[in-house]
Amino acid sequence: MAVATPALAGTDTTDNQTPKNYLNASRGLLSWFFTLDHKRIGVMYLIAILSSFFLGGVFALLLRTELLTPAQTIMDADTYNKMFTLHGAVMIFLFIIPGIPATLGNFVLPLMLGAKDVALPRLNLASFWLWMIGAVFAVSSIVVGAVDTGWTFYTPYSTTTGTAVISMTLGAFILGFSSIFTGLNFIVTIHKMRPEGMTWFRMPLFLWGIYSTAIIQVLATPVLGITLLLLVAERTLGVGIFDPALGGDPVLYQHFFWFYSHPAVYIMILPAMAIMSELMSVFSGKHIFGYRFIAWSSVAIALLSFLVWGHHMFTSGQAGITNMIFSALTFSVAIPSAVKVFNWVATMYKGSIRLATPMLYALSFLFLFSIGGLTGLFLGALSTDVHLHDTYFVVAHFHYVMFGGTVIAFLGGLHYWWPKMFGRMYSERWGSIAALLVFVGFNLTFFSQFVMGSQGMPRRYFNYVDRFTSYHQISTIGSYVLGLGFFVIAGYLLHSLVRGDRAPANPWGGATLEWETSSPPPPHNFDCEFRAGDPYDLDDLRYDPEIKGHVRRDPESIRLHPKGAQQ
Amino acid sequence: MTGHAHAQDPNVAHHFENADQQYQSAKLGMWVFLATEILFFGGLFCAYAVYRANHPEIFVFGHHFLDKSLGALNTVILICSSFTIAWAVRAAQLKQIRLLKVLLALTLACAAGFLSVKYVEYSHKWKHGLLWASRYSPEAHHGEQRDHAEETGAESAASGETTESSPEAVQEGLERSKIAPAASGPAGLAVADERPGEEIVAEPKNAQVYFSIYFLLTGLHGIHVLGGMGAMAWLLSLARRGAFDTGHFTKVDMVALYWHLVDLIWIYLFLLLYLID
Amino acid sequence: MMDLQIASNLLSALPEGTEPSMWMPPRVSTVAHHVDWLFNFILAVSVFFFLLIVVLMVLFVIRYRRREGHQAEDSPSHNMALELTWSLIPLALVVVIFFFGFKGFLDMTTSPANAYEILVDGQKWNWSFTYPNGYVDSNLHAPVQRPVRLVMTSADVIHSLYVPAFRIKSDLVPGRYSKAWFEATEPGQYELFCAEYCGTSHSDMIAQVIVHPPGEFEKWLEQASNFLETMTPVEAGFKLYQVRGCQQCHSVDGSAKTGPTLLGIFGHTQALADGGSIVADENYIRESILEPAARVVAGYEPVMPTYQGRIKDEEITAIIEYLKSLSGTE
Ligand code: HEA
Ligand code: HEA
Ligand code: HEC
Ligand code: CUA
Ligand SMILES: [Cu+2]
Repeated sequence: MAVATPALAGTDTTDNQTPKNYLNASRGLLSWFFTLDHKRIGVMYLIAILSSFFLGGVFALLLRTELLTPAQTIMDADTYNKMFTLHGAVMIFLFIIPGIPATLGNFVLPLMLGAKDVALPRLNLASFWLWMIGAVFAVSSIVVGAVDTGWTFYTPYSTTTGTAVISMTLGAFILGFSSIFTGLNFIVTIHKMRPEGMTWFRMPLFLWGIYSTAIIQVLATPVLGITLLLLVAERTLGVGIFDPALGGDPVLYQHFFWFYSHPAVYIMILPAMAIMSELMSVFSGKHIFGYRFIAWSSVAIALLSFLVWGHHMFTSGQAGITNMIFSALTFSVAIPSAVKVFNWVATMYKGSIRLATPMLYALSFLFLFSIGGLTGLFLGALSTDVHLHDTYFVVAHFHYVMFGGTVIAFLGGLHYWWPKMFGRMYSERWGSIAALLVFVGFNLTFFSQFVMGSQGMPRRYFNYVDRFTSYHQISTIGSYVLGLGFFVIAGYLLHSLVRGDRAPANPWGGATLEWETSSPPPPHNFDCEFRAGDPYDLDDLRYDPEIKGHVRRDPESIRLHPKGAQQ
Repeated sequence: MTGHAHAQDPNVAHHFENADQQYQSAKLGMWVFLATEILFFGGLFCAYAVYRANHPEIFVFGHHFLDKSLGALNTVILICSSFTIAWAVRAAQLKQIRLLKVLLALTLACAAGFLSVKYVEYSHKWKHGLLWASRYSPEAHHGEQRDHAEETGAESAASGETTESSPEAVQEGLERSKIAPAASGPAGLAVADERPGEEIVAEPKNAQVYFSIYFLLTGLHGIHVLGGMGAMAWLLSLARRGAFDTGHFTKVDMVALYWHLVDLIWIYLFLLLYLID
Repeated sequence: MMDLQIASNLLSALPEGTEPSMWMPPRVSTVAHHVDWLFNFILAVSVFFFLLIVVLMVLFVIRYRRREGHQAEDSPSHNMALELTWSLIPLALVVVIFFFGFKGFLDMTTSPANAYEILVDGQKWNWSFTYPNGYVDSNLHAPVQRPVRLVMTSADVIHSLYVPAFRIKSDLVPGRYSKAWFEATEPGQYELFCAEYCGTSHSDMIAQVIVHPPGEFEKWLEQASNFLETMTPVEAGFKLYQVRGCQQCHSVDGSAKTGPTLLGIFGHTQALADGGSIVADENYIRESILEPAARVVAGYEPVMPTYQGRIKDEEITAIIEYLKSLSGTE
């Protein structure tokens, strides 16, 4: 609870002035561990998930340091193999998959709906503790000798290696169910908890994104579950479905794995796009452009994402016709993504653009995700992928989309809702400095990887031929800048919890419902109910210098019950 | 919180507007959950299908060792239990608490019956060593038999002549493994099988895989049955504490839905493992 | 589709320069240009859209940045025509990309019938290339300007044969044969990587592709093949030790690797995993090569692959002679 305690302390000092909010409503760790309040669960998730991000990041920096020179720099080959496996597994299963939905989603979704909580609060808490148990399994694998299979656990390597595959896969298995429950919860909440007047097409786009994500979570994750179970069975019982010696087929495993793990990459990006739609509108001071197209493209991406998994296996020897179909379908996903990007850019047109920290991240998202996505085209095309598959070009691609896309948007959203979550403002100056550091460091780290990749540098290489040395060294230096950036972020965010100025209810001038309640919100979220209107109609908001925040010209315009019915 | 009419109703959680909204939410949640369950088993069925497509002989061979009558018996038991729990829902809606308890007890009994039959089947397999791969040992000499196959496989793998077979090997994409099984086709390896009481069937290579799959599928299903039993015991205790006196039947309804799925899945297992050859 | 055909024919008539670019390594196979020009085409498309997006973004930020006296102006919040344009243009582009990607892929994967066939065996962590006359080498030697088909399989886990200069990559899957082919356009020496992660020494599972000038290849194969005659048994044994992958796991300097060192094992008594011990004589060594799992040396995993059917008796004899020489017993 490293972060939470100062958060509590921060509000403690001011109990007498501030009304009760969800942070100070009740005390003690137990009141957190067994809370059913989606806001507290969201905060607990936030702490847990940022910690795993930190862990994964530390692995990453160790990786990069090892790659400073060919052959051994600071660790031997086996350690390196375990290192990138842990890095990948932690970043994917512990950090980015639950990432945005479980933290910001949990916190914001019911608020945006004007609801008191998610539909199934107990399930919500259960999914958090499942995450914890899964995390313990996964991390414990490090203690019992770590895993060296790569995060993809390809058979037959994963069924024959001597390392702790089982505890890691069981961990991922449990984490999968945590993710299923979160998705299930959000689907039910969005279907059943929408207030009067909030039709599907009056929902903030954030909810459309989270909803599409939830669809993938519930439909794809079970298959990962059974796949990992089969893998464990293969190791313990010697089943043989994936074992050629027993007439099984190792490539079948790859189909199983990617049937989940491709849709999973859209589990990662859809919530990020969801955040983008909010940021672009609010900080351009304009109504989002092409609402319906953005909304539908989220759903389109979710559905299409189930049809393209084979593009990870173009060189696995699968039939040419299969490759053709998967390649064609892969490109179909690119279109809805393109639509979103263009609509975001169009939203800025004739706006009044404020370069606050969240917007800085939104802009770097546009920059980085475009690169990441466009390089997906090189990989989706059959002939080029034959050359680029399993090279650093792929590594660069997925860092540009996962980091340049998801993590950047996550940071944007974190800064956007931070005042709402903890009732404090962070330092804008440090905010922009860190955003710049991260942007520069990131490009330094990963752009050179595109070049060395297409030049033929294979991935998962502990040792490399000399002509790649300079690319690797640039990349490593970049990663240090990046790391520095994150420590700055961690620094001023933590600082703001204790020293930051009080946040007004609506610091940015957003029109979605979460800004209608105090920051931080009371335990039951709202003191009244709402007649939801257009979530991007920013016109009846005005800035009030007194409270350093925005207020509605007519506060009653969207309220159903008059304010003040306290319990 | 805002003083709503329902604030008193003990069956409605504070964050719901009314009982109906809560019921609808629970129902939708349950259906989505069932969807994930189907996909979960779907994965296994898929593995079954692929392996069967590649090695039909193994399944034809294996399914002779399952007792169809016991399988059928279990199917009947589960269908009955589905019926009783459906009726239990009705009872809960009509606040017929005694009937509800009886029906829940009956369903629980069926489930127990199902598991005991499975126990009989399992123990029979255990006796004959018809277990998953690593524990599979119906006859002593199978071991050597298999090693021998590996060698011949390895040889032909390296020798030039196998390259003839390679062209289609590549076209077919997801085709059966070439080295071990193909190098010496099932027939080549067949050994007469004098298991007492069974009709004489030639045992194809890797027959143990059939039993691995059998235990995976039935085992996973068994676990779901146990889960269902737990849920029903929980309902019974709730009923005893009078939780359903007010006609609040959501929980019963949810468990019933789940139980129907468990039943449905079994019917598929019965088909795939016991019947078709 | 028709005009796409023509276009592609025009493009495949591109000059086949071999010089490396910023993005691509030297291009020395007949199919490489498929990859390279499509790569450049997608690159052009990407740069265009990337600039489009970023330039607009920057312009808007400058032009509409929030400042004194600047208000957000009214403008429509949706526009069907625009939406269609920016869905359909990308759509058209990706169709083109897909088509040429697939077309190139077909040429890259369907080998000419008359191709010269070489068998490839991948095993942790070395390559062995078997030539039609049964000779095995750890490097891939090939004639220039002649199609070569590789028929590949793996003895243990999945590996992947990757020659950047040829733009070819194909997985080696245990229990299955996969194929790749190339026609080298320039004599020379090129890197061959293992591109599918396969464990500890994955990154050292590297071989050389040696493309021989016209006529040279046959000469090389000729004299390489009968090394058993041309060399002394000890030399031949040493060559085998190098090319058959023993080197990967066995040192000859006394240090233990994946397997025990072969320095001075001959005639020396080995402690076995099952508690027993045995004097390493000719038969034991022969057994260790053909059935490694039969007697496992104490303190080691039984990971040595069997060479059953992949090594000739004369070769085993040569290896034994070499091992003898290491123990100073000729
Ligand atoms: C956030 C996660 C994420 C996202 C969003 C994507 C998005 C895409 N990915 Fe990526 N991908 C990964 C994560 C992701 N990927 C990971 C983790 C791997 C490696 C796994 C492993 O092996 O370890 C991978 C690997 C991977 C491969 C396999 C490579 C290989 O191993 O050989 C392929 C191949 O087709 C691919 C394609 C694509 C495509 C076409 C998109 C598209 O969705 C991109 C769409 C976006 C755009 C196109 C940009 C925006 C649009 C414009 C700027 C307008 C102009 C557009 C056009 C002209 C079309 N990805
Ligand atoms: C979300 C996913 C994610 C993220 C964010 C990252 C982040 C990074 N990755 Fe990641 N990477 C993967 C997912 C990710 N990676 C995956 C899936 C693989 C494939 C693995 C495999 O092959 O099996 C991979 C592989 C991979 C490789 C290839 C290894 C190989 O093939 O041999 C490399 C090499 O450079 C690398 C480097 C980095 C670096 C330098 C970062 C840096 O960006 C990290 C910077 C972050 C930090 C330094 C942490 C700082 C954090 C804090 C200070 C906490 C506080 C934070 C806040 C309060 C916000 N990664
Ligand atoms: C994948 C790694 C690997 C490769 C390749 C390999 N070996 Fe081995 N070898 C081992 C291991 C491990 C042992 C010890 C365990 C055992 O005896 O099986 C061993 C044992 C031996 C022994 C017995 C050693 C002793 O001290 O008794 C001999 C002889 C031997 N190998 C020779 C060879 C020859 C010759 C080759 C190549 C033609 C070869 N090995 C290739 C791993 C390998
Ligand atoms: Cu062989 Cu990697
Ligand atoms: Cu993918």
